[in-house]
Amino acid sequence: MKIHLNVWRQKHKDSKGAIVKYSLNEVAPEMSFLEMLDMLNLKLAKKGERPIEFDHDCREGICGQCGLMINGIAHGPLKNTTTCQLHMRSFKDGDTIYIEPFKAKAFPVIRDLKVDRSAFDAIIAAGGYVSVNTGQAPEANSVMVTHDEAESAFDSAACIGCGACVATCKNASAALFTSAKISHLAKLPQGKKESEQRTVNMVNRMENLEFGHCTNTEACEVECPQEISVLNIARMNFEYNKAKL
Amino acid sequence: MWYFKNALTRKNLMALTGLFLSFFLIIHLVGNLQLLLPAKEAQLQYNWYSELLSGSWFIKIVSYGLYASILIHAVDAFYLSQKSRMLSGQYAKDRRNRASSWYARHMMLLGLIIFAFLVIHFKDFWYPYKFGEIGLDADGQKDLYSLVVVAFQDWWYVILYAVAILALGFHLIHGVFSATRSLGLYSPFYTKMVKGVSLVFGIILSLGYLIIPIYLFINN
Repeated sequence: MKIHLNVWRQKHKDSKGAIVKYSLNEVAPEMSFLEMLDMLNLKLAKKGERPIEFDHDCREGICGQCGLMINGIAHGPLKNTTTCQLHMRSFKDGDTIYIEPFKAKAFPVIRDLKVDRSAFDAIIAAGGYVSVNTGQAPEANSVMVTHDEAESAFDSAACIGCGACVATCKNASAALFTSAKISHLAKLPQGKKESEQRTVNMVNRMENLEFGHCTNTEACEVECPQEISVLNIARMNFEYNKAKL
Repeated sequence: MWYFKNALTRKNLMALTGLFLSFFLIIHLVGNLQLLLPAKEAQLQYNWYSELLSGSWFIKIVSYGLYASILIHAVDAFYLSQKSRMLSGQYAKDRRNRASSWYARHMMLLGLIIFAFLVIHFKDFWYPYKFGEIGLDADGQKDLYSLVVVAFQDWWYVILYAVAILALGFHLIHGVFSATRSLGLYSPFYTKMVKGVSLVFGIILSLGYLIIPIYLFINN
């Protein structure tokens, strides 16, 4: 397959980036999207040019490290898929593909397609944990959790923190990410005790990190690789109001 | 003030004012449907109804709540959307719109159309009725009915109303359901139900408000 690429190149955080055009002639349909970028980087390295920097880790769709805006859609055209699980068979011979980093004020570009998503870590640090005494593991059945509760909490916990929700949101809101963490813990007895303080702290931290507000367009859920439900956001609003009223 | 604290509290305030305004729209529509009665009967009844409302202290208090709600809702929306506009990224190729409805993404634009319409609506009916010179009907009541009927004899005025009411309809379809989310309704069953109710509410209200100018234009 012949593929034309329009890639966002940016030297460093403060420099002005621009789209640069490349072409690849021998792209195989079975290649993953990141393998295609590896192929381009090999070509650039051979020519003595600076390779394109992009984030990735497990390449198994689990870690949430990879994340690119592909043809204007977070993680590309396939629904509920991370960038690394997207393959070139989703494109046609002769296609032009735009590749840009996830963009938001809270996610500054470090270089090329690599963005600083440490704002998410800061939100987690504000309360995304439970305070438990260390020591021996307690008896598993001493705290009862129903099957439905466990499933529901796990659905929220499935968020991999890739940032596609922020990149997709027209307001650059981190509501889906923050709310998934808040409701994951609020749904379980271990997390319920600190729920109010946690919610207030995490919401305040999110507010201070240059994320926008949520207007319930639900676009984040549509593009989320983990199908995290927007009802988590409503749950966060509920928990916040409960804590404040 | 508590509601200035963050985007969540501000959205709560927008939700509460929005739901209050939505409730007002029902009452306002029911009152205005009297315009569809046969002309002579409609004139006396509509003018009587208008005087009843403007003479009531209860309605006066509610109306101050309405003016405040409109202003708070508009100012908050403007503040939040301007702030978020600065925070979101710009893409060379942008197809993010595939994931949501156009009216959910353009609530601010729809709101601006509605606000502009409100200015015209207040200038043409509210202001002359409260402060202007207006004729009297056979019962000696201020003749708001004739003011309304005359206004809707111009086709462009009917079109202006139709555009604003369509904007209102779409604003309501997203707004009512979004308000319940902002306030924290997270049950899967009830959120699904509210989505349906918002859709029906938006359609019925916009159809109801559309019928009046069209009926008055055709009948006169």
